Amino acid sequence: MIRTFVPIDAAALSVGAGRVAKAIAEAAAARGIAIDLVRNGSRGLLWLEPLVEVETPAGRVAYGPVAPADVTGLFDADFLNGGAHALSLGLTEDIPYLKRQERLTFARCGIVDPLSLEDYRAHGGWKGLEKALTLTGAEIVEQVTQSGLRGRGGAGFPTGIKWRTVLNAPADQKYVVCNADEGDSGTFADRMLMEGDPYALIEGMAIAAIAVGATLGFVYIRSEYPHAFRTFSAAIARATEAGLIGASVLGTGPAFHLEARLGAGAYICGEETSLLESLEGKRGLVRFKPPLPAIEGLFGKPTIVNNLVSLATVPVIFEKGWEHYRDFGMGRSRGTLPIQLAGNIKQGGLIERAFGITLRELIEDYGQGTASGRPFRAVQVGGPLGAYFPEALLDTPLDYEAFAAVKGMLGHGGVVVFDDQVDLAEQAKFAMEFCAEESCGKCTPCRIGSTRGAEVIDKIIADEERGNNLVLLADLCTLMLDGSLCALGGLTPYPVLSALTHFPDDFDRTAAARPARAAE
Amino acid sequence: MAHAAPFDREIARNVIAALKHLPGATLPILHALQDRFGYVDADAVPLIADALNLSRAEIHGVVSFYHDFRDAPAGDHVVKLCRAEACQSMGCRDLERHAEARLGVAMGATRADGRATLEAVYCLGNCALSPAVMIDGELYGRVDAARFDELIDELGVGR
Ligand SMILES: Cc1cc2nc3c(=O)[nH]c(=O)nc-3n(C[C@H](O)[C@H](O)[C@H](O)COP(=O)(O)O)c2cc1C
Ligand code: SF4
Ligand code: FES
Repeated sequence: MIRTFVPIDAAALSVGAGRVAKAIAEAAAARGIAIDLVRNGSRGLLWLEPLVEVETPAGRVAYGPVAPADVTGLFDADFLNGGAHALSLGLTEDIPYLKRQERLTFARCGIVDPLSLEDYRAHGGWKGLEKALTLTGAEIVEQVTQSGLRGRGGAGFPTGIKWRTVLNAPADQKYVVCNADEGDSGTFADRMLMEGDPYALIEGMAIAAIAVGATLGFVYIRSEYPHAFRTFSAAIARATEAGLIGASVLGTGPAFHLEARLGAGAYICGEETSLLESLEGKRGLVRFKPPLPAIEGLFGKPTIVNNLVSLATVPVIFEKGWEHYRDFGMGRSRGTLPIQLAGNIKQGGLIERAFGITLRELIEDYGQGTASGRPFRAVQVGGPLGAYFPEALLDTPLDYEAFAAVKGMLGHGGVVVFDDQVDLAEQAKFAMEFCAEESCGKCTPCRIGSTRGAEVIDKIIADEERGNNLVLLADLCTLMLDGSLCALGGLTPYPVLSALTHFPDDFDRTAAARPARAAE
Repeated sequence: MAHAAPFDREIARNVIAALKHLPGATLPILHALQDRFGYVDADAVPLIADALNLSRAEIHGVVSFYHDFRDAPAGDHVVKLCRAEACQSMGCRDLERHAEARLGVAMGATRADGRATLEAVYCLGNCALSPAVMIDGELYGRVDAARFDELIDELGVGR
């Protein structure tokens, strides 16, 4: 039976993959052809979705973007045997966007049937966990440290060092918590993995659990991701039923139980201590640190809190060896980063590459410029708290330290492109408004400062006392940077100040300054 | 949403009883109640407080902290428009004005006839296919004004 693949990833569904799958099934039935229709995750070539693939002796052949109306033509062209068609993209693996990637964390995503345990095992699944089961907790932690893995949720903290703290904290109960709140605009890597390779996260969490002696894990998934929540919950059920987790990891290891929990629409619950409060059933108010969650985390017990990508990267570190992982990257940024190329971009998608690739290569080479065809003007990296960069900074390599040096941050790896229609004063105002909307309210600089900040930018836009208000805005930013308890208030000045620094013209609404931008 | 049952204390009690053993049960209970009735009725608050041995004020605080929980039923159809940066770069500010006009309701409100609710959301994880919209839990990408109108026509709630 010919294996045919139509993604069930939410992004693919959002542009019609469900209807395409139905059309293919119906056409096959009508022609009396038996096919094995696999609903895979997305390959991450999102501008080509719905991307249909068929397995041929030469490898998988891709067609896309496919609309339901194309299906009859595809059958007529014998696409089930890789036949030529206007939508044919050739062998999937040879598509340059994919071929030039270094997929470690996303190695299986889009290739396997997400919920098939056979597929998972056939593609290297559980090997890392099997290896980890032969090691002591201290050895596991040491190898994660040696791999150089740093947290992919935003702060870039070394994962092994966090785990060591939990390992060394004596307690009757410890927890592993996966942060799948993925609130940053411009990011979707966590979602793609939950929908495309959910067992990788389960395996990574099991390794974390046996390393530190945790027996219970929680995955906190944002409620904006109903598809991911369903797929991931089904994956937990299947892995538990198969005896891979639960009473004993892989049937020989210690117990590890896993639960998926839904968030409830609060950006701040992505902050780790707010997330823990939420898991405990409370309002998501940020906690004072110390104590660190690694010492007093969920229900007061030592807890690993890691981003989903961090945890889903752990299996490959053990499967292929920590040296293999460490050998990718530059400087102190080791391994690969799943980059999400988004916004006003012709070829948006998921690009996993070793650290060191430049923004220019991403935007111009992979992305092929803006979707609108208009000139590029700005890029925001690292979500709503990330800086806006102009053309002149496009040669910055993706590296934690290189970004810090230009007053930016990589965050969760979201890259959002804007064309020349963007108004950076509006973007700066939005950053303040977003902070005001999502503030947990615990500290004044964030709660009040952001509301004041939005008002001040409004006045600047209205050209009221521009000079004074620019000074006031800078003061507010300093206050928020220095006086906020967490990074929501503490980093909101990044998009604001970068907009001011790199795009000062947008804040100059005097008549003389206008024509250049208004022309169009 | 469309087929939610009217609030019923007995059903609510059963929903709560089935989940109260979970560690940190408040959010799972609130989600389950909202799935069942379409919102979290004020009368459910003391029931949850009793079951979890917490104060009513605590439960009320939780309900009001999170954007998701409604204190009244939504319209028959819930249209969520992404307002975050990637979607801004593809014109979601214009789409928002268009949607308000087309649906005849302001952002954040439910139409008087109860047919539709329009809500803002900050990122749906579909940022490479912006602007993104979620209608009754289904995700849509590359939603320009024309595509929005098609989707609304399918629901039959356009103005
Ligand atoms: C306002 C705010 C929002 C955050 N949102 C997320 C998020 O959605 N996902 C995430 O993994 N980390 C988020 N973080 C970072 C977490 O606090 C924490 O650093 C991270 O989960 C640790 O995991 P890692 O070391 O694997 O990155 C956020 C932080 C702040 C201040
Ligand atoms: S900075 Fe804002 S979100 Fe963070 S703790 Fe303070 S008030 Fe809460
Ligand atoms: S910013 Fe709109 S879907 Fe992510």
